[in-house]
Amino acid sequence: MTTTKPKTVHSPIFTDGAEFRIATFKLLKQDGSLYKGGKAPDIGKEKALRIYRAMVTTRILDERMLAAQRQGRLSFYMQCTGEEAAVIGSAAALGDSDMIMAQYREQGALAYRGFTIDEFMNQLFGNDKDYGKGRQMPVHYGSKKLYYMTISSPLATQIPQATGYAYGQKLAGEGHCTLVYFGEGAASEGDFHAALNMAAVHQVPVIFFCRNNGYAISTPASEQFAADGVAPRAYGYKMDVIRVDGNDVLAVYQATEKARQLAVEENRPVLIEAMTYRLAAHSSSDDPSGYRSKDEEAIWREKDPILRTQHWLKSHGWWSDKEEKELQERLRREVLETMKQAQKRPPPALETLITDVYKEVPPALNAQFEKLKAHIRRHPDAYPKSANDPAITGKPASTKEGGA
Amino acid sequence: MAKMNMLQAINNALDTAMAANERVLCFGEDVGIFGGVFRATSNLQQKYGKSRCFNTPLVEQGIIGFANGLAAQGSVPVAEIQFADYIFPAFDQIVNETAKFRYRSGNLFDVGGLTIRAPYGGGIAGGLYHSQSPEAYFAHTPGLKVVVPRNPHQAKGLLLAAIHDPDPVLFFEPKRLYRASVGEVPEEEYQLPLGKAEVLKKGTDVTVLGWGAQMEVIEHAVEMAEKDGISCEVIDLRSILPWDIDTVAESVLKTGRLVITHEAPLTGGFAGEIAATIQERCFLYLESPIARVAGLDTPFPLVLEKEHFPNLLKVYEAICDSVEF
Repeated sequence: MTTTKPKTVHSPIFTDGAEFRIATFKLLKQDGSLYKGGKAPDIGKEKALRIYRAMVTTRILDERMLAAQRQGRLSFYMQCTGEEAAVIGSAAALGDSDMIMAQYREQGALAYRGFTIDEFMNQLFGNDKDYGKGRQMPVHYGSKKLYYMTISSPLATQIPQATGYAYGQKLAGEGHCTLVYFGEGAASEGDFHAALNMAAVHQVPVIFFCRNNGYAISTPASEQFAADGVAPRAYGYKMDVIRVDGNDVLAVYQATEKARQLAVEENRPVLIEAMTYRLAAHSSSDDPSGYRSKDEEAIWREKDPILRTQHWLKSHGWWSDKEEKELQERLRREVLETMKQAQKRPPPALETLITDVYKEVPPALNAQFEKLKAHIRRHPDAYPKSANDPAITGKPASTKEGGA
Repeated sequence: MAKMNMLQAINNALDTAMAANERVLCFGEDVGIFGGVFRATSNLQQKYGKSRCFNTPLVEQGIIGFANGLAAQGSVPVAEIQFADYIFPAFDQIVNETAKFRYRSGNLFDVGGLTIRAPYGGGIAGGLYHSQSPEAYFAHTPGLKVVVPRNPHQAKGLLLAAIHDPDPVLFFEPKRLYRASVGEVPEEEYQLPLGKAEVLKKGTDVTVLGWGAQMEVIEHAVEMAEKDGISCEVIDLRSILPWDIDTVAESVLKTGRLVITHEAPLTGGFAGEIAATIQERCFLYLESPIARVAGLDTPFPLVLEKEHFPNLLKVYEAICDSVEF
């Protein structure tokens, strides 16, 4: 039994799906003007500038923190460079209380929602103010108050989780949805299939947002799938789908705004494939010169989504070179100063090693901790991060720490 | 009190939990109108509606991924994996996601509301993929709780405790006893403690330890041993993770001998963990090597199931050997 009406033929006709080609939705040209026939979404000046500032913040934070990683101040970093419009344009089209479940290259969405430079830094340096208590690698952000689910490294695991989260939102009936980000590489994981199929069967308010940036580390999209990208897969799940120019903030915004409407008002899951390019290396541990050409990168640098957005703002008279210069200088200063402070802060308390594994610490784990503490007391020099921890010294935390 | 078999007790526990809290949801393959291939979710969809008890597509990683998201949202999902043998496609979601959700987020988010039910164990001519006991795989994963009941009373009390517990719980149900084990079960809500072993019988010569369906095997083996004049202390571990070290150690300090038995293969089985911990805690009191009676280190076979199985005769022999060492 199928869920669609059967159609019969009487000769063996195969189809390879070549007819499933999906057009790319574009509104904004690189010079900031609109394509003929395109109608810009109704974004007022205030929101447009909020979007733009988040884009610039993300770019500057990324540049500075990659440099910090190169200087050995930070163990690891991943940039959003080139994908700011895809990430921030979509986040801006959501409600403030809609849940965002990200992969790892979506710090722009957090920046848009108001995560402060200080909050970014505390996570990157895993200091005592990091919400994640220094347990995860840099860039694995999370914020409960901003409805941004904590990132985890295993790819695509968040996609079926988003389906489940959105199912709960549907039952709660408060008009919220979930948007889940993932790359085109992650879409090859089994969890992608599970998530989309379950979302379609159970009709949940979830937006699947694929950043198709051409590469999964060194693997080009041509070695990731044979079909016309990720978008046509939606047909197989009977799901609404749209492909959008991921460097076009207006098209991304409008597509996501409409997707949200379908999700929240009709409980229809939606797939958005944003075509973009990973301008940076995969991560601070990767060197793309081994698998792609400078010429290819240069083509995409010409399509910089931030410049495109800036041209659009200027065409409205909403932005000037002077304001650009001031914003850049202010952000550079803030990033640098905040980084210095975050780096100076102490590590998380030793006790955070064993808390939150369970709600309560089990007795056997407590016993392991007691043993560890006794060991550190015997070898304080071998554990410089913990030797002065109150759990070791029995004294309250030293007052001369940090610059906070 | 009412007479129930284990399936009825589980069904009753789910019914009780769903009646008490509208955020409790049951889902999995065939759990909807059909009520589950073992009937554990009978009538729940009829009673609570399709939105709270429903079929999912046939995809274990999806079921648990979905359940993780629901639990993070604040719902109380009770997900069913049709056989414990088919939990492995969801291993990544359980080990990397479920277990680490609270820790990695610094307690910003958690999936504490989640319970995963799965029928486990052999003795039903289930062959390789309807017989496995995978508890040791999960015992190696901090952040999970792993629970195995042995009879209907326990099944209801422990399942309700699992559903209410603030941490994610894997609940393995001994399917061999689903209908075979019958007993008195209170109709009202009650909970049995997680992480606590239960001393079923006091004894002085040897401690015999197991969980789930293996407790029935132990019961008969101990009957045989007692006829020989061996006084056995019998412990049902109930919780594999975290496990009740104190109760087991206290018993072994008294008896000086320990026999552990489980259906799963010997190597890497949970008995190894227990044996290592107890020899540490009770070294000077042990009068014989700790014995492990387990399945062979083979996949679970069909025709020679009886040979493979840690049955009562094998357990009896281990008890005798331990005492005579």
